[in-house]
Amino acid sequence: MTDGDFVEPDRFIELDGVEKVFDVRRKTGFLRRERRQVRAVDSISFTVARGEMVGYIGPNGAGKSTTIKMLTGILTPSGGRLRVAGIDPSRERRRLAQRIGVVFGQRTTLWWDLPLIDSYRLVHRMYRVPDRRYRENLDRCVELLELADLLDVPVRQLSLGQRMRGDIAAALLHDPEVLYLDEPTIGLDVVSKAKVREFLRSLNADRGTTVLLTTHDLQDIEQLCSRVMVIDHGRLVYDGALAGLHEAGEGERTLVVDLEREVPPIEVPGARVTKVEGPRQWLAFPASASAAPLVARIAASYPLADLAVREPDIEAVIARMYAGEAEGAVS
Amino acid sequence: MAETNAVRDGLRTYRMIAALWMRSTMAYRASFALTTIVGFAVTGLDFVAILLMFSQIDALGGYTLPEVALLYGLSGVAFGLADLAIGSMDRLGRRVRDGTLDTLLVRPAPVLAQMAADRFSLRRLGRIAQGALVLGYALSTLSVQWTPLKLLLLPVTLVSGAAIFCAVFVAGAAFQFVAQDASEVQNAFTYGGATLLQYPPTVFAAELVRGVTFVLPLAFVNWLPASYLLGRPYPLDLPRWTAFAPPLVAVACCALAGLAWRAGLRSYRSTGS
Repeated sequence: MTDGDFVEPDRFIELDGVEKVFDVRRKTGFLRRERRQVRAVDSISFTVARGEMVGYIGPNGAGKSTTIKMLTGILTPSGGRLRVAGIDPSRERRRLAQRIGVVFGQRTTLWWDLPLIDSYRLVHRMYRVPDRRYRENLDRCVELLELADLLDVPVRQLSLGQRMRGDIAAALLHDPEVLYLDEPTIGLDVVSKAKVREFLRSLNADRGTTVLLTTHDLQDIEQLCSRVMVIDHGRLVYDGALAGLHEAGEGERTLVVDLEREVPPIEVPGARVTKVEGPRQWLAFPASASAAPLVARIAASYPLADLAVREPDIEAVIARMYAGEAEGAVS
Repeated sequence: MAETNAVRDGLRTYRMIAALWMRSTMAYRASFALTTIVGFAVTGLDFVAILLMFSQIDALGGYTLPEVALLYGLSGVAFGLADLAIGSMDRLGRRVRDGTLDTLLVRPAPVLAQMAADRFSLRRLGRIAQGALVLGYALSTLSVQWTPLKLLLLPVTLVSGAAIFCAVFVAGAAFQFVAQDASEVQNAFTYGGATLLQYPPTVFAAELVRGVTFVLPLAFVNWLPASYLLGRPYPLDLPRWTAFAPPLVAVACCALAGLAWRAGLRSYRSTGS
């Protein structure tokens, strides 16, 4: 299984001072070009243990995709040392490909005009998956991702959520040891998101597959990852538990309550009202705290009709991290 | 040893992907039939143009109609074979732009083979059929003293010509790694080159003939072997053996195109643009 590469299990993915510098040429006039160097990834170091599930987040253009592209061997780093399962991705891209699965949320690898099953047969042959393994993996994915009725449907007729599930299955038929997901829940409805998350959780728990996912949805991280890494301007600005990120970023969640009638701003310990609009009020509370006791307290003394909890978005958390200088955030 | 493995891997990948594309196009049977027929008819039109010319003149650049038909047929079939095999290479720039090239790079298969088989479609057989028809007309009307050597030269010329065009396709695609909107430039060399070769070298300026002999060696696709078959003076007074050089030229072109492809892919992987 490991082709004789010895890899310490806690250094399954290893980056040491990895850099990626792009030469950007910009037209500044007729035939005139300005050359500028952009440091998309600026000396990033981290290790991921086998079987870990890690969220990799950051604003657009922070360097997330560039990192994933280096980890998969698509891009060659400009500097530093990078190993995945003991393999240097850019030098042995095709050997590594046998051992990793990649899902690009916004680009399908499935065959548009053909039934879903044809894409899987191609994976079967291209990755030279032994027949039995292929059968087992396919059956498992079909069951857990609820693909049974979709296998004979041309991919172009699938909904976005169905196609995403189809793409995830396609990335797993060859038993990859690590799965990279770039925005796996983007654009999906709530039910599809839940299915995808549930599947990833069981994949990680049952198979021990290492998962690295980028996302804009903090709930993905919250429900899946014990560890989160934040990248901004090409630098790793946080590496640790999600709760710690909220502390570092002083993240706050918002409780939106609809009351039966207009009342003065709610007074409740552990939260403060940020906005009132008729019978609707917005309360901010620390992201690390649980919403349940807060809701119970409000329900006990106010005429509660409906409520919703809003997660802080990543941009806001990161912005606040910077505002608070985020001391000691990088471990 | 490693090289033969790479070739075997490439062919295997090509077969798998081409087979899927064939099934894909069969999802729209009517469209497939229609475009095949239209392709056949449209490529046929430029031979009709030549026929019309010959209704007014007896010779074009000193070449009679069957002689021009020989040039046309050799160029048409060679180009058609290359177009059938790897005609979608010019989509590389688009794949770089929309990022779908990355999905090819994370598979355990050679990117060149995956790209070559992209959008493989048997509808391109129309072009080959049309070229073959004209070639058949030429061979049946020409009064050539056939020798075993001349008979052997025909298939060798077609295969070498197809390989030379393939090299142009690959080199053009490699260039698109750097300039993603250059697919029209590439088409000028591929489709444009194939059209140029339909006419005798004697109608073109010497500089142009020199260019397509020594710079982009398209003259080896049909002009030089045809000069030998027809017993005509060689363009640029080249020595007689050059009629038999196409296989060597093809090998050299393919090797250079392969190097260009490698350099292009390497540059993409370092810039990612």
